[in-house]
Amino acid sequence: MTTAPAPLPGIAPRTIGRTTIRWVGIMGLLAFLVAPMVPLFIWSISFRWFYPDILPSEYSMRAWEQVISPTNNVIGATGQTTLIALLCTVLSVLFGVPAGRALGLHNFKGKRIVEVLILAPIIVPGLAVVLGIDTMFIRYGLSGNILGVTLVHLVPTLPYMTLVMSGVYANYDVDYELQARSLGAGRWATQRYVTLPAVFPGVVVGALFTFLISWSQYVLTLLIGDGQVETLPILLFNFARSEPAIAGALSVVFILPGILVLLLSSKYLSGDSAAVGGIGNI
Amino acid sequence: MNRFRLSERGAERLSISVLLAPAVAVIVLLFLGGLASGFLRSLNYFPLIGLNDFNFDAYFTIFTDNGFLQSLVLTFHIAFTSTLIASILAVASALLLRPAFRGKRIVHFFFSLNLTIPHLVGAIGVLYLFQNSGLVSRIMTGLDIIQRPADFPAMVFDPWAIGIIIQYVWKEIPFIGVIVLAILLSVGEDYESVARSLGANRWQAFRQVTLPLIMPGVVSASVIVFAFTFGAFEIPYLLGRTFPAALPVLAYQSYTDVDLAARPQAMAMAMVIAFISTLLIMAYMKLSRVYIRE
Repeated sequence: MTTAPAPLPGIAPRTIGRTTIRWVGIMGLLAFLVAPMVPLFIWSISFRWFYPDILPSEYSMRAWEQVISPTNNVIGATGQTTLIALLCTVLSVLFGVPAGRALGLHNFKGKRIVEVLILAPIIVPGLAVVLGIDTMFIRYGLSGNILGVTLVHLVPTLPYMTLVMSGVYANYDVDYELQARSLGAGRWATQRYVTLPAVFPGVVVGALFTFLISWSQYVLTLLIGDGQVETLPILLFNFARSEPAIAGALSVVFILPGILVLLLSSKYLSGDSAAVGGIGNI
Repeated sequence: MNRFRLSERGAERLSISVLLAPAVAVIVLLFLGGLASGFLRSLNYFPLIGLNDFNFDAYFTIFTDNGFLQSLVLTFHIAFTSTLIASILAVASALLLRPAFRGKRIVHFFFSLNLTIPHLVGAIGVLYLFQNSGLVSRIMTGLDIIQRPADFPAMVFDPWAIGIIIQYVWKEIPFIGVIVLAILLSVGEDYESVARSLGANRWQAFRQVTLPLIMPGVVSASVIVFAFTFGAFEIPYLLGRTFPAALPVLAYQSYTDVDLAARPQAMAMAMVIAFISTLLIMAYMKLSRVYIRE
């Protein structure tokens, strides 16, 4: 009685064949997606790695020592990148959450225009905008300093945060607020105990990705930073052609926050959430 | 009663304005301000360097310049080819990852890992894989397929922008794929089963049932990818030729040219990029209402 019924002839082998094909496909796909990371990691721990050696003939931590040593300013650049991304995230949350609320909860005259205005910076490439911004910023002393770079990073991050929040608020039932108010809660208490807990996961995921968008900006920093603001991507680009070992180590440092964010937010992240929409910009 | 209602509506309108004002102000100032400033410069109006009269010379110069036209064609080739290949492979990947299998969660995690890896890192990885003395070339030498680096086909700094396209495909498969996968998982397999039980073969069920369901997602994601690959700077700057360069690289080169007379041309190129993206925004707004829900 406990033995399973014999599989019908012709079905079992076919099922196995299909599963095998699927796994070959999945493994091929993952191999392609991981492949570019492989030489970066090997370079970061290599000492001598000459053509045609497939693996380095000698390994060393030299590149990692260089990354830690003050001469290359990696630590300074990491701090600078983090500071800019944090400032940018705070400003994006401060401005983007209210705007997202207005777009997600209300219908009003001119809404379509506001939507286009918010969507436009996500689609129009940064370079097309930053050349014009640069000439404005030079005049107002915003070129070549952290403040200017932070402001220019708002161009991609603020619309992103606003879009994420508009999606969050569109799925939020404002009646909870009305109930709280009718039960005697004040404006502040309602926001604090009703609205905030409901939208908080969305704010966190949006803020994490906003941080990453700023963290990985290259050309905006290059032009507005004017050689004075050295962030990780700027440093990484400079080493890419001349010092593969250091570039490899820097790349590992550079991708860590993204992997962390993905681990933290994978629960919330699916293709239908608005959070994915802006990731094309990282 | 009536008056009370009116004032409440007025209050709502006021609160909407207050909520929107800071974000809209920042975007108008930086984004529209940047575009407007660039537009004025492209019309040769730049008092700071002694240019005071409006004219269309910069546009005339670039559109009669062979180098610019070659860049334009190259940039379209890069954006179109990358988007097409990435979309097809993303749909295939999503179909591959849809059914339940052991280790699905971890596979999905690795699939979405690239979403947060910056383009620049991917570009450097592609460079170290596919340059003449890169890892792929070394493996092929080890397998006796080629004898020396010069035998390896040019895949970076090459006329067909192969390395650039590989990098974009690598980065955008998960981006489009995650969106398609989410649609597939939320729709379920019922419609296909019905089609199959009614006698459709696998291909027909995919072509007639699944594809129409995922198409809106694929198209709206592809518009974003096309716009990005059309206007991105660092990837062609690192992996591409200097002549003809991708349009954003050419604009940057003109902007940083020591000859200040090239500035209006750089701005004109920026305006061309912005104009093409504007067409894409209109297409996007038409095609999808996914990201801003009414």
